[in-house]
Amino acid sequence: MDLTGSAADPRLDVKTSGLPVAPGSSPEARGSGPAGHTPAVEIEHLHKAYGQLVAVDDVSFSVAEGEIFGILGPNGAGKTTTVECAIGLRSPDSGTIRLMGIDPQADRAKIHEITGVQLQSGAFPAKLRVGEIIDMYRSFYRHPADVAELAGALGLAGKRTSYYRSLSGGQQQRLSVVLALIGAPKIAVLDEMTTGLDPQARRDAWELIEHVRDRGTTVLLVTHFMEEAERLCDRVALIDSGRIIALDTPADLAAKARGAKTVRFLPSAPFDESLLTGLPEVTAIEHEGHHIVVTGTGELATAVIVALHAAGIEAQDVRIDTSTLEDAFVRLTGRHLHDAEEGAQP
Amino acid sequence: MTTLTRTRPRAPLGAFGSIVLNEARLAWRQPAGWIAGAGIALLLLVVFGEIPYFNKPSGQLGGYTAFETYLPILMCFSIALIAFTYLPGPLVSYRELGILRRLSTTPVPAYWVLAAQMVVQACLMALTLALFVSVSILFFGIGAPENPAAMVLAIALCIAALFAIGLAIAALARTAGAARGLMAAALYPMLFFSGLYYPVPLMPTVIQDISNYTPLYAGVRAIGDSWAGQFPPAQPLLVLVGYALVFGFLAKRFFRWE
Repeated sequence: MDLTGSAADPRLDVKTSGLPVAPGSSPEARGSGPAGHTPAVEIEHLHKAYGQLVAVDDVSFSVAEGEIFGILGPNGAGKTTTVECAIGLRSPDSGTIRLMGIDPQADRAKIHEITGVQLQSGAFPAKLRVGEIIDMYRSFYRHPADVAELAGALGLAGKRTSYYRSLSGGQQQRLSVVLALIGAPKIAVLDEMTTGLDPQARRDAWELIEHVRDRGTTVLLVTHFMEEAERLCDRVALIDSGRIIALDTPADLAAKARGAKTVRFLPSAPFDESLLTGLPEVTAIEHEGHHIVVTGTGELATAVIVALHAAGIEAQDVRIDTSTLEDAFVRLTGRHLHDAEEGAQP
Repeated sequence: MTTLTRTRPRAPLGAFGSIVLNEARLAWRQPAGWIAGAGIALLLLVVFGEIPYFNKPSGQLGGYTAFETYLPILMCFSIALIAFTYLPGPLVSYRELGILRRLSTTPVPAYWVLAAQMVVQACLMALTLALFVSVSILFFGIGAPENPAAMVLAIALCIAALFAIGLAIAALARTAGAARGLMAAALYPMLFFSGLYYPVPLMPTVIQDISNYTPLYAGVRAIGDSWAGQFPPAQPLLVLVGYALVFGFLAKRFFRWE
């Protein structure tokens, strides 16, 4: 699979990989979808410039129904512009966008009905109470979601009578996630959903998104948190300078970035290397002093330890190196994600 | 607004009610603008009513007392204050804070927020003016309006014209500060020409001619005439209609959601 296929590959809906998928993402490769199904989101050759500044430069991808699709990249990479074009807030300079087959520029009203949006810059009147804002947004939709459940899941149940201005930044953020999901949208677009949340609230938000997806909502998730993308997303598009530089499952991206995983251990006794070279997961074996370093793919550590154990050998001092999305980003751009953010314009 | 008018609203109509309800709550919880619009003009009315000189009929004022002359001026003054200070304020800050932008991603057409503002402000206006009329009748011996239908029409046109100017300010101003500047630039000359500082009939003819084409003085004439029992002449009514149409168009044309 071509890791860096971007502009040249119009669909980029590349799927299928023999490699196992990370925990938290679905092994059924949701992106592939049966042929003939309308994708929930389909973007082809999207261009958008602000004057001289090219924000999005030929971005194409498609998202299957029920998929959690991540758009990952540093600030200023074009993530927000891409999703704002997708929901009709901005008009693209060129390219086509379809949400459930609908062109956002042609039928904005319909798009607003099927999408739920959380914007980075969203705010609400300071002197309205949380419950009043929620009730108002709830009244906008014909088939709203269960408010008590949403507010409860995001820890806002006890805040209904608080004024918006009295909320902490994290609570305001959680309210805006509640409002994005309140219309029981077919497609939820969440832009930096967990920015400003503490670790527990972040995990709660992830759990909620998984529940929402399990009920059939497609999620378009803009993030610059590697951990969030690895935990939640079925597939991730890495965006840098307005272009998709890679698109795959988080695990495959990570694996491709490093090439492989490694397991380093100290055997309790000498053993025949063919014990391990015969395993499908193993690609190479090296010696580092008394330690053995096994390179491979998939559930490498489990396979190695089980095989050794069966031969009566114990693996001691085991160290497992798994490459991450962060590694993928470094490998593909030559920069760390956090370095890339510094000095970048939002 | 231009890009949104093509799409028909799909939100339930109840959504409009809930926006109006929240706008009313906001108006109630932030009463400074209302107090400025109603309180200052009402205070002036009471002060003028207590001055004996203001209650003597004056030949210079066509046989009316100064108080009777000032009554429609103060009514228009309070409409102008609400229209220029209270109406653009929330809209401009909603835009600055991204509230309008967020609303524009829901099935609710964002102009419903404008309409909801108008409804709430019109109610405030009705309350204010009812208070004016009641106070004048109960405490200062002024007769009830003799042509109530004409007066309702005059007041409605006056509100339409001044609110349209206020909305145009909200449309054109990029920031709350700019809105305040435009408001001041529009309001104070208008007050001068409305006779708030000195009765227009006693001013030079040139000033009177200009006054006849300002929305505030046109409103003063229309309301004053209908209080005295005459149906107002076409000129001030047409001036009000003209301002309502021109500035209403400008507001619609230049309104930006972000």
